[in-house]
Amino acid sequence: MRFVFKTSYAQDIQIFRDRRDAFWYLLLAVVAVLLPVVISDYYVGETTWVFVYAICGVSLMVLVGYTGLVSLGHAAFLGIGAYAHAFFLKHGVPWVAAVALAVAITTACGIVVGLPALRMTGIYLAIATLAFSVIIQEVFSRWESVTHGFAGMAVEKPVIFGISFADDRAFYYLCLFFLVLTLWLTRNLLRAPTGRAWVAIRDSEIAAQSMGVNLAIYKSMAFAYSAALMGLAGALFAHKIAYLAPDIFTILLSIQLLLLVIVGGLGSLHGAVFGAIFVALLPPVIAILRDSIPASFADVASATGLSLFGAIGEAVGNFLRKPGVEAGIFGLILVLVILLEPLGMYGRWMKIRIFFSTFPMYKRATFKRQKTYMRSERLR
Amino acid sequence: MSFFQADQLSINFGGIKAVDGVSFDVEKGTVFTIIGPNGAGKTTIFNLVSRIYEPSGGRLVFEGTDITRVPPHRIAALGIARTFQNIELFEHATLLQNLLLARHAHKQSNFISELLFLPSVRRMEVEHREMVEKVIDFLDLQQYRDSLIVNLPYGVRKVTELARALCTDPKLLLLDEPSSGLNVEETEDMAFWIQDIKNLLGITVLMVEHDMKLVSAVSDRVLALNYGRPLAQGSPQEVQSHPEVVRAYLGG
Amino acid sequence: MTLNGLAVGCIYGLVALGFVLIYKATELVNFAQGDLLMLGAFVAYMAVVWWGLDYWLGFVIGVVAVAAFGALLDATVLRRVIGQPQFAVVMLTIGLGAMFRTFASVTWGSEIYTLPTPFSGVWTVGGVTLSHQYLSIIAGTLVLCGILYGFFTHTRIGVAMQATSQNQLAAYYMGIPVKLIFSLIWAISAGTAVVAGVLLAPVTLIDINMGLAVALKAFAAAVLGGFGSIPGALVGGIIIGLIELYAGATLPEGFKDTAPYIVLLLMLAVRPQGLFGTLGRKKV
Repeated sequence: MRFVFKTSYAQDIQIFRDRRDAFWYLLLAVVAVLLPVVISDYYVGETTWVFVYAICGVSLMVLVGYTGLVSLGHAAFLGIGAYAHAFFLKHGVPWVAAVALAVAITTACGIVVGLPALRMTGIYLAIATLAFSVIIQEVFSRWESVTHGFAGMAVEKPVIFGISFADDRAFYYLCLFFLVLTLWLTRNLLRAPTGRAWVAIRDSEIAAQSMGVNLAIYKSMAFAYSAALMGLAGALFAHKIAYLAPDIFTILLSIQLLLLVIVGGLGSLHGAVFGAIFVALLPPVIAILRDSIPASFADVASATGLSLFGAIGEAVGNFLRKPGVEAGIFGLILVLVILLEPLGMYGRWMKIRIFFSTFPMYKRATFKRQKTYMRSERLR
Repeated sequence: MSFFQADQLSINFGGIKAVDGVSFDVEKGTVFTIIGPNGAGKTTIFNLVSRIYEPSGGRLVFEGTDITRVPPHRIAALGIARTFQNIELFEHATLLQNLLLARHAHKQSNFISELLFLPSVRRMEVEHREMVEKVIDFLDLQQYRDSLIVNLPYGVRKVTELARALCTDPKLLLLDEPSSGLNVEETEDMAFWIQDIKNLLGITVLMVEHDMKLVSAVSDRVLALNYGRPLAQGSPQEVQSHPEVVRAYLGG
Repeated sequence: MTLNGLAVGCIYGLVALGFVLIYKATELVNFAQGDLLMLGAFVAYMAVVWWGLDYWLGFVIGVVAVAAFGALLDATVLRRVIGQPQFAVVMLTIGLGAMFRTFASVTWGSEIYTLPTPFSGVWTVGGVTLSHQYLSIIAGTLVLCGILYGFFTHTRIGVAMQATSQNQLAAYYMGIPVKLIFSLIWAISAGTAVVAGVLLAPVTLIDINMGLAVALKAFAAAVLGGFGSIPGALVGGIIIGLIELYAGATLPEGFKDTAPYIVLLLMLAVRPQGLFGTLGRKKV
């Protein structure tokens, strides 16, 4: 078991625990930078989706995982950022300024949505954000002068300071840059008084107030920062998807984002990235399985002579081809994660790491959850 | 002019007078204890002082300033800290993070400087950490620094409540039943700590307590309450032998 | 036309009632309520169209089957997440809802289906045309509410519900069969959803997503009425139904769907606890 011997307070403040951790992250960064060189264009595109979703994940993680304010309508912010960015680009605003304006507008909307949060808790806030999201979706459809309504809106390719980033690989690096920037900025906030104040609001508002945390300011800040990140993600999302339409930013997308943070692991930035990997890569994986499972099962059937395998493969393939299966699989995984591993992918990853580092003295009871009884959350 | 003064404090909860015309003075550098049966309104008074509740009558004066209408989050900056009877720690954070949060009222950074984690923020973090470590040393919490609060036993949580309140660098410390749930040895430790807080740290203590031994050992003055109204005020011996207090509370 | 609004409002009210029942008892919000509605409608459809049974028999089968399923759901899945934060359980129900929709798509198909009902006529009273469909919805709602009202006021279950929702451990100590109560509440709630679904089927036709649209508005209705209040849920539902109708008829396009939510936001801003709810406060 590895112990980190601490010799100064700075070690607790810095981002990486020690030189060894920093080394592994550096390695990860190198892999991320070199990836487009080795893999095909299709996978570069898919990984770019991971990056965009990861920024969304960080945004939602700050609000839900760290501050404890549930938002069922975050897709609306994504849409506001996307449409704003596309709109400004169409009107000749330079790329960086367009992104900045999109972020500013989304932040302003975030503060507005956050205002009810100052008075509401839990489920009421979730419903308010849901209502807001439905209204915004309608606005996207009706405000035709800006969004072109149902006809949709094409998004120009990104050109920054004269350099075109339309190429898949260039856009990959752009998104990677912004993801790293987002992670760094958020990590800074989380290890500073603001991040601690957010956690305090999540765990006990009354105690937080007694310690001097102005609830109104910090809740608004959480909404504002979260919305700002969504604005940035929206701009990148707009480029990636290339054609905006109101029916992209539905409640189902909001739910998918929540699924991202839960499956990834609530309460950690790693969770946002893990969740993004999951959410972005599951649909392509299903698409691959749809064809490969019947094929491989047919091979097994002909190899063993048992046509049962072939039948099973066909059945699974047919099932995966039905419309709406993807949502059901997402639902199933969400249910399984909450039932079996509430700490999400990151939690499971930590458990695996601890298993290996404490081997052979690992005890399952380390993470055994005590039998808990339901306590009322109505009075918080 | 006294250090802290409550003047005819009262509050109604839908017809029930939880606190009715309570007045008391706390001298600087002393320990003032409020005793009374359950439901007498003691914690309600604390909640009024920390401004969680709005009084329906009366005034609160701290160091000459009227604080009756101050918003709750400004109380820590004024120098008043409190512990909670039912432990309101931040369960899913480590002990260290709980204590560092208590320094929030003294933070000097703003959003942008924190976002970029400027050297000034780094310096401030180290300073806060040094201050928090002093409190950890004082209360012997070193081994629990990085434990999550959910994993800590009850006795340690009580001490953490105290530690967190001390980390706000208070002039007036409100302790709500500091010995409830503690065994004899832990209660003795608590008594020593309260005396150290008074004598070494120079902090004025306003306390709610049931354990009469602890009350007699550390208090300078005592106020007895019943049904939200004051019964008797004076030295511990005077109050504990007062006939009405004995009848209402000590089961004489 | 008001009848239309009232009828739709009754549907919202019934689904909202289901929400509130579960919330009062277990403090969970069941986002799969709409999908239970959809499952019930499909089961009734299956009974009547595939198996050729009588409408009323199909109705009863649908209610019983899905109510039993609801209780089963509570006993197997939801029991395991007790103690987890409310948010996690809400997401669990969302996941379950998605699974139900996929299940329906695979079992019954993803098209739109019609349920034949015995209410196809109209009555003309004093120059006003009253459709049997809408009347049946209102009548059904009244009957169901009457039954539930009698059930909750004349048995000790109502009090037991409150106890378990506020402090489960204490409820155990008081000898309340907490697990049974929870399963019962889920069964009732699911059954209510099915009644709403079968009554709604002739109006909106049966398809996989019929529950989702209704559930969102029913949610708004429950919040409007006050999340802890049963009569509030119904009143909220009716208000939402009427708002939707009149907004669609009088205001410019686009307001039909958003008007209920705008009203909801106003209500939350002005009186967060809804029309009939009460605000709780933590005692420290």
